[in-house]
Amino acid sequence: MKRRDFLKGCMACGAAATLGVSQKAWGIGSFEGYPEGMGVLVDLTRCVGCRSCEAACNKEQQLPAPDAPFDDKSVFEEKRRPTEKAYTVVNRYETGKEGGPVFRKVQCNHCNEPACLTSCFVNAYTKTKEGAVIYNSKVCVGCRNCMIACPFNVPGYSYSSALNPVVKKCIFCYDTRLKYGKPPACVEICPQQVLTFGHRNDLLKIGRDRIREKPERYVDHIYGEKEVGGTSWLYLAGVDFDKVGFDTTMGNEPIISNVKDFLGIVPMVLTIWPALFTGFHLLATKNKNHEDGHSEQEDSKP
Amino acid sequence: MYAVRTWLIGGLFMLALFTSPADSSAKTTPDTLELDVLVNLYDKVKFNHAKHIMLVKDCADCHHHTAGTLAQNPNCVRCHKNSGATASVACRSCHIAQPFSAAALREKSRTAYHNDIPGLKGAYHQACSGCHQKMGGPTGCEDCHKRNKKGDAFFSAGAYAPPQSHGEKKHGGH
Repeated sequence: MKRRDFLKGCMACGAAATLGVSQKAWGIGSFEGYPEGMGVLVDLTRCVGCRSCEAACNKEQQLPAPDAPFDDKSVFEEKRRPTEKAYTVVNRYETGKEGGPVFRKVQCNHCNEPACLTSCFVNAYTKTKEGAVIYNSKVCVGCRNCMIACPFNVPGYSYSSALNPVVKKCIFCYDTRLKYGKPPACVEICPQQVLTFGHRNDLLKIGRDRIREKPERYVDHIYGEKEVGGTSWLYLAGVDFDKVGFDTTMGNEPIISNVKDFLGIVPMVLTIWPALFTGFHLLATKNKNHEDGHSEQEDSKP
Repeated sequence: MYAVRTWLIGGLFMLALFTSPADSSAKTTPDTLELDVLVNLYDKVKFNHAKHIMLVKDCADCHHHTAGTLAQNPNCVRCHKNSGATASVACRSCHIAQPFSAAALREKSRTAYHNDIPGLKGAYHQACSGCHQKMGGPTGCEDCHKRNKKGDAFFSAGAYAPPQSHGEKKHGGH
């Protein structure tokens, strides 16, 4: 859909659209993900930073050729984030811990209650029953609300497209793999099995078992189990999560909870308030008609 | 006299029967192995088993409890204290090539224990490169397996490297 077409449609729809969005907001309570939803457990203690996952993602999603080869380690000199050309990137963190640097793969975490989905006013996003957060680029108007809403700073934007820029991000290989019960390309290529694919519930158990069996190896926390309402991608680490680029200040409430109350008020304001306050006004002025007329007459006297 | 001879023959036969598994396992312990799980992207690894036996000495370091030596890991000992050698000690008999197939995931969901066994590729890399780091062995990807042409294409490296790769770096940001 072209931006101009959309804006026309938007003008026509007006307040009706606002009502629709806010009703969606009321509908979602505390959704903890589909019971059969899949996920990936990322074990940071195993990653050696080979960047195979980046190469696999590039081929699977048919992304443009990279700026540097995928075996080029100089990319670690800066902290990267996913872009329209790379839905996943690996960053390196010098933590000073014995055993060398820690590598962290970044991609969409596929939230149980995605903020991108909440923020999207054309409903381009879908949380599938398999756990993937996918989007319909034909509907996307390129407003970039989701980029602002995402607590993990994940969605990229096709700035290179002058005519029809849209948002681009990891879709859990939904179209080509997840839909058919296969693991995403990055999981399959990973030589160290840093990435474990499975049912999210099973992965939580596996994660807890790993922590219990090797308490000296892991920090006692599974990142993504509860953060912002839980994510399909979960993380284990040997160092504090905030030292390797994770935001640990977000809390466990889904992002939608921050705006749910406000959005719930919107239809009330639009529908009830006009009638209510017109009523108040009429009641308040009912018996004043005569006096008003009188005072006017008095005012008109010289 | 005849009876004693029969007894002796019988005894020898029984002895042979008991010792034969150990003998046959010693005979089938390969000196070199060809590991080909990554053959799509890399050449086969010629694994010098004999050299690693000399270096590591304890079979359990790689083969866990399957070789019949007592596992040192207290977590394993809980069940495998007296479990003896298994029929097959090959890595691939427990570490499956496709650990995330639908069938494998179903199996995993059912079992209460041993539901986190890495796949074959993961097991090789975790065990090998983990030990190589400790023992000062080679740890680079191509130290063990040379990347082939398909691998070069996959990594956009070598002959398939992007033209600007030595120029200005333009990655990162958005």
